[in-house]
Amino acid sequence: MKLENFQWDHDADGIVTLTWDMKGRPVNLLSMSAVADLGQVAETLAKDVTIKGLVITSAKDGNFCAGADLEEMAVYAGKPSAESVKAAFDLMMNVHKTFRKLETSGKPVAAALNGTALGGGLETALSCHYRVAVDDARSQFGFPEGQVGLIPGAGGTQRVPRLIGAMGALPFMLESRRIGAAEAAGMGLIHKVVPQAELIADAKAWVKANKSAGQPWDNRDFRIPGGGPFSTSGAQVFTVGNAMLRQKTYDNYPAQRAIMSCVYEGLLVDIDNGLKIEARYFVKMLMNPVSRNMIRTLFLSMQELGKGARRPQTEAPVDVKRLGVLGAGLMGAGIAYVSASAGIDVTLIDTTQERADSGKDHAAKLLDKQIARGKATPEEKVEILSHITATTEYAALKYVDLILEAVFEDRDVKAGVIGKADAVIGDRAVFGSNTSTLPISGLAETSTRPESFVGIHFFSPVERMGLVEIILGKKTAPRALAAAIDFTRKIKKTPIVVNDSRGFYTSRCFGTYTQEGLRMVAEGIVPPLVENAGRMAGMPMGPLEVLDSVGVDTALKITRAARKEVFKSETPDETEALMASLVEDAQRPGTKAGKGFYDYDERGKAARLWPEFLARKKNWRTDAEVQELITRLLVIQALEAARCFEEGVITDPRDADVGAILGWGFAPYTGGPISYIDTMGAKAFVALCERLSAAYGPRFAPNALLKDMAANGDNFYRRFGAKSAA
Amino acid sequence: MSDCFIYDAVRTPRGRGKKEGALHEVTALELATQSLEAIRDRNSLNTAELDDVILGCVDPVGEQGSDIARAAVLKAKFADTVPGVQINRFCASGLEACNMAAGQIMSGQSDLVIGGGVESMSRVKIGASGGAWPEDPSLAIPAYFVPQGISADLIATLDGFSRDDVDAFAVESQKRAAAAWKSGYFKNSVVPVTDDLGQVILDHDEHMRPETNMQSLASLKPAFADFGAMGFDAVAIQRYPQIEALNHVHHAGNSSGIVDGAAAVLLGSEEAGSKLGLKSRARVRAFASIGSEPCIMLTAPADVSRRVLKRAGMTANDIDLFEINEAFASVVLRFMRELSVPHEKLNVNGGAIALGHPLGATGAMILGTLIDELERRDLTTGLVTLCIGAGMGTAMIVERV
Repeated sequence: MKLENFQWDHDADGIVTLTWDMKGRPVNLLSMSAVADLGQVAETLAKDVTIKGLVITSAKDGNFCAGADLEEMAVYAGKPSAESVKAAFDLMMNVHKTFRKLETSGKPVAAALNGTALGGGLETALSCHYRVAVDDARSQFGFPEGQVGLIPGAGGTQRVPRLIGAMGALPFMLESRRIGAAEAAGMGLIHKVVPQAELIADAKAWVKANKSAGQPWDNRDFRIPGGGPFSTSGAQVFTVGNAMLRQKTYDNYPAQRAIMSCVYEGLLVDIDNGLKIEARYFVKMLMNPVSRNMIRTLFLSMQELGKGARRPQTEAPVDVKRLGVLGAGLMGAGIAYVSASAGIDVTLIDTTQERADSGKDHAAKLLDKQIARGKATPEEKVEILSHITATTEYAALKYVDLILEAVFEDRDVKAGVIGKADAVIGDRAVFGSNTSTLPISGLAETSTRPESFVGIHFFSPVERMGLVEIILGKKTAPRALAAAIDFTRKIKKTPIVVNDSRGFYTSRCFGTYTQEGLRMVAEGIVPPLVENAGRMAGMPMGPLEVLDSVGVDTALKITRAARKEVFKSETPDETEALMASLVEDAQRPGTKAGKGFYDYDERGKAARLWPEFLARKKNWRTDAEVQELITRLLVIQALEAARCFEEGVITDPRDADVGAILGWGFAPYTGGPISYIDTMGAKAFVALCERLSAAYGPRFAPNALLKDMAANGDNFYRRFGAKSAA
Repeated sequence: MSDCFIYDAVRTPRGRGKKEGALHEVTALELATQSLEAIRDRNSLNTAELDDVILGCVDPVGEQGSDIARAAVLKAKFADTVPGVQINRFCASGLEACNMAAGQIMSGQSDLVIGGGVESMSRVKIGASGGAWPEDPSLAIPAYFVPQGISADLIATLDGFSRDDVDAFAVESQKRAAAAWKSGYFKNSVVPVTDDLGQVILDHDEHMRPETNMQSLASLKPAFADFGAMGFDAVAIQRYPQIEALNHVHHAGNSSGIVDGAAAVLLGSEEAGSKLGLKSRARVRAFASIGSEPCIMLTAPADVSRRVLKRAGMTANDIDLFEINEAFASVVLRFMRELSVPHEKLNVNGGAIALGHPLGATGAMILGTLIDELERRDLTTGLVTLCIGAGMGTAMIVERV
């Protein structure tokens, strides 16, 4: 048999072993050609009497199949023409037909899962009658589709609930959970977990023991585990599930609602009609700009940036083996921890040994947490901590490849440590500053080699935040940029590259969100409405809650400095006065003190807005349209991102969109602020800005770049996008 | 257009809606049948004159399923020519049945119709008929479905009704109901449920707790806080984002009781009445149903009352007595505030908090209660209204003649 993606081995017992081995890729993908292969296989399986049964496995190390080929899918994404709708629908129905043929031939089909099976890979396995997985901690099983605005489209929404019930199936698919083999077996998704050496033998033994096989859902007496939508427990699952979905997603994510609908509607009919329902929802999601934007930003662009798309290709790779971290506070310690975890030797320096040690201790505590969660072993803890040397001696920095300073945000303090380090480090060492507020070009001037000086801005908490914002100073040389990117990749974070500006890119755009929230409160809009509008916009927290978490005092300091230094004004505006009244009059600086705009419990969780703050005003406005507030909160951020393009602070839409979502949690369903503008269209966005500007003030005035794009029907991804971006 | 007159109204007593309740042993069909028999017998009705029997039922499945109205017509041995139809306007079904009956008569297409309703909540559990509204994600999520108790708490939160406010209302409802029973005000309409041997199974509303006071209510935990924590509070807040958190004030003691019961109302044209020698007790002045925002769900009584008052060319001041279903205390408090109705003119003999709310039957029951009380006080005009699931309201204005 001639197959593009599989090896065919028909053994003496009549069992065919089909080994998936996609050409030129480290993992298998359920591509269109793989589906065509499986169609041929299913056909032959049904007809050829010499075949007793089938075992499907993979030749890739630790991988059965990583899912559908998203690049193939991206061709259709967000282009809802009648032709592409039909082409995509036919494509999905062909997948269903193929898998149905495989599971209804009557002959036993076993999946021998040698590793990870995600999305279409897991769906391939679910179309087999038996699933045995190898006992390998690296293996992952799950449906990541929901994370990029899609739904499982190769039968997942129908087979999973029919296998394990809607109650287990829904959160598994809605939250795109990834689980290991043991948990998958516990849930009933796979039948058995065996050591690597026994995998194929076990699958073959099962085939041998079963002359014929069918799926439970093709059995006439089939009952949905836990009952259908109108059983007592099923009614609970959907009624409460709908509410929980809105609670968690604010109904901003059409794919999650579509998954719920597929399961609900699908369980009211037989599997074949259920699969048709799934295909219709899948194509609907694929045509929605939400999936196009999410695939582009959260998959394609992130992958490209992660591979070093923004790296100067002329520079040789810089392998950071030794890192010096100046300042063992929360940020410095976090940077030391993630670097040591990547096998980098870290010299962690602070002014006293006690402080330096406490930084290392922070890393130890993070590792203890990992151990408690079963994500690390005590041996790994010892190994990782052995990479961190806590000291006060600058001399220890002599052989480092990269320095990262994370000391107090004060130019003189920073200049002090930069000078001390410069005096000992080697010529090739690159100097990175983790400043979030001070201009890089200015700091670089305090160094003896500004061309090796670069901003490497981490986000807090370092161990959880996946973004690093790399800032080029006026004199930063390509090698320093290459080193910063290579280092970021080594610690498995995503780098974006921006140019020097007050607040760089992320802090600057993010600041507009909290600022706009404060303005609403100053306008007299009742604070819960402002907070809920922020959350409903898709931001992780309301503007006031986020101010609390950053520190209202910190925000006040930045606002004050900007007023004096940039706007040369002596009069604080209402928003600054609001923060000052909280910080200075009420002594409520934010989450760290247990009180800010909110009162916090011991665990730092926001309890309720501070009642006295709410009591300050009797006639709060409760009638403001929440949709208008949501629009204001999103537009003000997107507009700032557009200004960053015009000023050259940011130059690549991938940096802008990925940086916004990973850096400050900008509404992920939009694909980022630039995708948000492009999806609306520059013309509509400019009109919206003009309306908002007239209603709320010139801060909403569209800039020249946007007006130009509106006039020319242009968009950001076309004008600024790299050719490789979709 | 013809006038429509109400000639009589009967109801069963309301049995507690659980297996300890007196009516639990009685089928829903039997409850409906005894109401039909009672209205026939006390009016010496030749049932061949009836054009239709319309019964409300909210969970029309199982023994209440597949047109219980026709089943009751047959069991009561009405003439074969009398059809029956079961309708469902959720909690207002019993009143809607009467409105539809009135519509047939006023349009001249029927002369004599029975409207009413039945619900054996102890035997067919609330929600037993399923339905897309809470479950289908394509509806429940965009339309912000929450259970009614959450809606009631949402009203209390938005309108600032405290726990004391709603509890005080409940205490008053119990007091009024107990006083009304003691004085025999319900006697005219309540027909005891009997067994085949002629023994009385139940002759009074057994859900009442006349001893209820603020202290006893204070000990009850809010009933819907747990539902809220499951995610429904968040849904309500996303629909009404001006609030930070819901104030959960409702519990079993200030919400309508779950009970069993049935009711029947005889409506007809003037000609039909005189032909059969019936004495008219009231005239239907106007009726209507209306939809409202479905998440808060229970605010339509005011909307539909304004509509029906306008249709009748009246204002709220022209109404002598109001009956509004006490689904939850906050629903009634909001209604009184919106239409500026004093409690002295509303639910003067208590309501569903004390007496119970047999879903499909209640509307017809409180219509009868209203007419009885207008007669007893020798007043003229009355308005009856109910809030309804999924955001609706139904009302009727009657006038003694």
